Amino acid sequence: MSDNLIQGETGAWEVVIGMEVHAQVASKAKLFSGASTAFGAAPNSQVSLVDAAMPGMLPVINAECVRQAVLTGLGLKAAINLVSVFDRKNYFYPDLPSGYQISQYKQPIVGEGVLVLDLKDGGQRAIAIERLHLEQDAGKSLHDQHPSKTYIDLNRAGAALMEIVSKPDLRSGEEAAAYLEKMRSILRYIGSCDGNMQEGSMRADVNVSVRKPGGPLGTRCEIKNVNSLRFVRQAVEYEARRQIELLEGGGTVTQETRLFDSGAGTTRTMRSKEEAHDYRYFPDPDLLPLELDAAWVEKLKAGLPELPDEKKQRFVGDYGLSAYDAGVLVAERATADFFETVVDPKGKKRDPKQAANWVLSELFGRLHKDGKDIAQSPVSAENLGGLLDLLADATLSGRLAKDVFAAMFDSRRPAADIVAERGLKQVTDTGALSAAVEQVLAANPTQVAQYRAGQTKVIGFLVGQVMKATSGKANPQAVNALLHKALG
Amino acid sequence: MALDEATMRKIARLARIRLNDGEVKPFAAELDGLLGWIEQLSEVDTAGVAPMTSVVAMKLPQRADRVTDGGDAAAILANAPETVDGYFVVPKVVE
Amino acid sequence: MTTEMTLTQARAALAQRKISARELTTAHLAAIENAKVLNAFITLTAERALAMADASDARLKRGEGGLLEGAPLAIKDLFCTQGVRTTAGSKILDGFTPPYESTVSAKLWQAGAVMLGKANLDEFAMGSSNMTSAYGPVINPWKAKSGPAKGRDLVPGGSSGGSASAVAARLALGATGTDTGGSIRQPAAFCGITGIKPTYGRCSRWGIVAFASSLDQAGAFARTVEDTALLLRAMAGHDPKDSTSAAIPVPDYAAGLNGGVKGLRVGIPKEYRVDGMPEAIDKLWVKGAEWLKAGGAEIVEVSLPHTKYALPCYYIVAPAEASSNLARYDGVRFGLRVPADDLIGQYEATRAAGFGREVKRRILIGTYVLSAGYYDAYYLQAQKVRARIAEDFTKAYERCDVILTPTAPSAAFAIGDQLDDPIAMYLNDVFTVPASLAGLPGISVPAGLDAHGLPLGLQLLGRAFDETTVLRAAKALEDAAAFTHRPEPLP
Ligand SMILES: [Mg+2]
Ligand SMILES: [Zn+2]
Repeated sequence: MSDNLIQGETGAWEVVIGMEVHAQVASKAKLFSGASTAFGAAPNSQVSLVDAAMPGMLPVINAECVRQAVLTGLGLKAAINLVSVFDRKNYFYPDLPSGYQISQYKQPIVGEGVLVLDLKDGGQRAIAIERLHLEQDAGKSLHDQHPSKTYIDLNRAGAALMEIVSKPDLRSGEEAAAYLEKMRSILRYIGSCDGNMQEGSMRADVNVSVRKPGGPLGTRCEIKNVNSLRFVRQAVEYEARRQIELLEGGGTVTQETRLFDSGAGTTRTMRSKEEAHDYRYFPDPDLLPLELDAAWVEKLKAGLPELPDEKKQRFVGDYGLSAYDAGVLVAERATADFFETVVDPKGKKRDPKQAANWVLSELFGRLHKDGKDIAQSPVSAENLGGLLDLLADATLSGRLAKDVFAAMFDSRRPAADIVAERGLKQVTDTGALSAAVEQVLAANPTQVAQYRAGQTKVIGFLVGQVMKATSGKANPQAVNALLHKALG
Repeated sequence: MALDEATMRKIARLARIRLNDGEVKPFAAELDGLLGWIEQLSEVDTAGVAPMTSVVAMKLPQRADRVTDGGDAAAILANAPETVDGYFVVPKVVE
Repeated sequence: MTTEMTLTQARAALAQRKISARELTTAHLAAIENAKVLNAFITLTAERALAMADASDARLKRGEGGLLEGAPLAIKDLFCTQGVRTTAGSKILDGFTPPYESTVSAKLWQAGAVMLGKANLDEFAMGSSNMTSAYGPVINPWKAKSGPAKGRDLVPGGSSGGSASAVAARLALGATGTDTGGSIRQPAAFCGITGIKPTYGRCSRWGIVAFASSLDQAGAFARTVEDTALLLRAMAGHDPKDSTSAAIPVPDYAAGLNGGVKGLRVGIPKEYRVDGMPEAIDKLWVKGAEWLKAGGAEIVEVSLPHTKYALPCYYIVAPAEASSNLARYDGVRFGLRVPADDLIGQYEATRAAGFGREVKRRILIGTYVLSAGYYDAYYLQAQKVRARIAEDFTKAYERCDVILTPTAPSAAFAIGDQLDDPIAMYLNDVFTVPASLAGLPGISVPAGLDAHGLPLGLQLLGRAFDETTVLRAAKALEDAAAFTHRPEPLP
């Protein structure tokens, strides 16, 4: 952990970070109304009378949002509270139509849990989750459309959010970003949030304070609505430096809400939140306590998908992958599924390490270059498996396989078709190869002499010449053997 | 008087109700009187009593996840004092 | 005269085609016109009423009439009515026309009822005299024959004052009301008519402007118990749009109405004998018990030990909920806006201009009791006391089936009285608030006159969702009391 310390003028400082992640629940309709949650509609077109807080409108809870919250809690190995209560958090803001947000304050639906961070050095660290509660999202305020007006769109108002609060266990911007990334991975595995940070489906309030190592906790600042991994890293780093400089200059940190300016990479006081708030929480009298059936929760638990941590462990244990490779493969469920289809379609095992290499380097490299994700891969898992089979039975050399892969990527066709069409089948037949070997030896007397004089490394060059002469189709092992034999 | 004018102003601010200077004192006095009267509740022994959370003896009903509402921005905006291009409009908020 | 008919009589006359719905509606519209001085309506919907009446006539002709076919009603202006201005008696809802219809009013129209207009009320239903309406006070059609109030206009009670006054003055066959702490029962008593607040959860709250969500309940006014039963049956029922609406079938309340009270145990709560209550009320209460006893009921003394704490408890819970419920009136999406340079200024100016004094007082006290540092001492303690009050009733109902009390500690008082002392005003609800806190059904039946010739009501309370027994006992009381007094017709 000592790597995380920041050197100030008065010595080392430790950064202490707690995260509040707001994740929009994947549901068709809003938490307490029947309006759609789809992204990108015309302003105020996905607003019910309830969302607009028209007089006399009442909330009725969406069962799917409850289910997703419980599933997520189970995924975070958290305690599920069989009785939880919805409270009103009262404050005035134009994108909060009723003047209160329905949230859970004293009795959230999910209690303490844990999230395991995968550290850069391959190690792991458990970050404690304090709680998860369900609440309504607010609408959207547009401050930049008019010089003296703010425009309000309530399309997002009332959408279900899970607020997931960590304990202050994180120690660097890097860790905070890794936490958010891992959270995103788990939510996507469960299917409770699409994790789309650009569209605002997932955003984080980052609580940052600094202290001398081992000292008491410092005063924290809350940086609101940070919406990318990079911004989380930047925001923490900037904010920690700011606080350290403030303290070392003899000042004090004021507890406040701050905004991250992604353009400048800085944080600043959020003026609309300057006024001290008194939210006057009390149980929402329009709703009764939410009671869950223990058997129903058990059923959900039993139906939980394999989550990244368990999957990673299995990939390391069963497939012999490195922790790093396994970690990268399991980060997205789609990638892990793709990999497993490649390695083990219906019990016919392929070499897992080789499969992992192909997925992680060739496939990922190309996808990344083309700006595609795994779901858009032109090479299907089945076809990549087919290619590996041609490698395994020596139909293709490694080099040829790469060419074939490129052709597969461009044409979406199976490897075997491309091999047959282009006559790319590897030549291993000694008779067919010896003519090429003779020719190469005859054309390169200098290298032959060098070899014979003991510079055996030159054989690589000769192999290359033979491969070239056979348009790469020669089996390199066979060529090697023939050359050795000919050179005595 | 237990409820002073500064507190009265703070409460009015929280409630977003402007009180002019002449109103603060009388409201403070009335509220103070009411609070004094309400004070008698502390006499009731409520040890071990769970606060009333629901008036009806029933479970919170849950609805199915279906889109059944929205799609009528005109109705949502119809009563608004000021709108532009389908948005509600308020004086600029400085974040 | 047509408007003298009860709802039940009018139904029979309509069914037999002795009168048309249009004639009935026209007569009531004329009566309203003649009774403008009462200020019972904020908005009249004469055209709509006639169109609805014509539609009723068409259905009646085909023999298809619903339960309330052709019955002209007044709707408390707290129920949102589609396409018809809804004010809640407040300036802050200036110009608001809901694009939706409250569940309760929709059910009434479905049963064939005709909307005469939107009845006046205390602003946001906060009051016991209808003096807080931004649309002016409502006048009670009754006049004192003697005493200090003689010659003065009287309050109809509140908050459903317009509804009660309209029904008492024969301007409507019946009316809707809402009751948060007595807002149906107390004005019914002041106006010499019947008013029922059913069990919390019996009628949907969807589309009713909220005052205090855990207490608000819709109910009905009429001039007889039977009429009240009919109205309630049409209004009640489960609504999936209200999470506190009970999925319990609605009985045919009118069916067993004449079953009598033989064997019924009637509880008399000893804590309801309060100091300074007029003798006439105490006497009427004793008489009420005697009438029921004569009908075969067993009178038992019961104890509701936390009664004295009900009012202070109510004046924490109701304002707290109201302070939050009324936050939506911010000048952004509907209603009044008083422009200002910045947003907070606009909020403060809008709410300062839009809310009346009583509403402000309650919002402020509600804000205070919920604010940091006070929640436990006030709101939490109040909800615990509320649980105690509910428990009192549960225990009492082990010994009795209904509870008999006076409805209010006084008869109607003169407009302008009691205004300067909020606590004195709040004491009007001393007998109605406990059942509201416990969510229990209650009815007020006119049972006699005080020394100055003003009507007095008796209240019957029942078990949760047992309106049937409450109504049956009320009918017995009504029969025994034979209350035939009525206010002098307007000139
Ligand atoms: Mg936060
Ligand atoms: Zn939140």
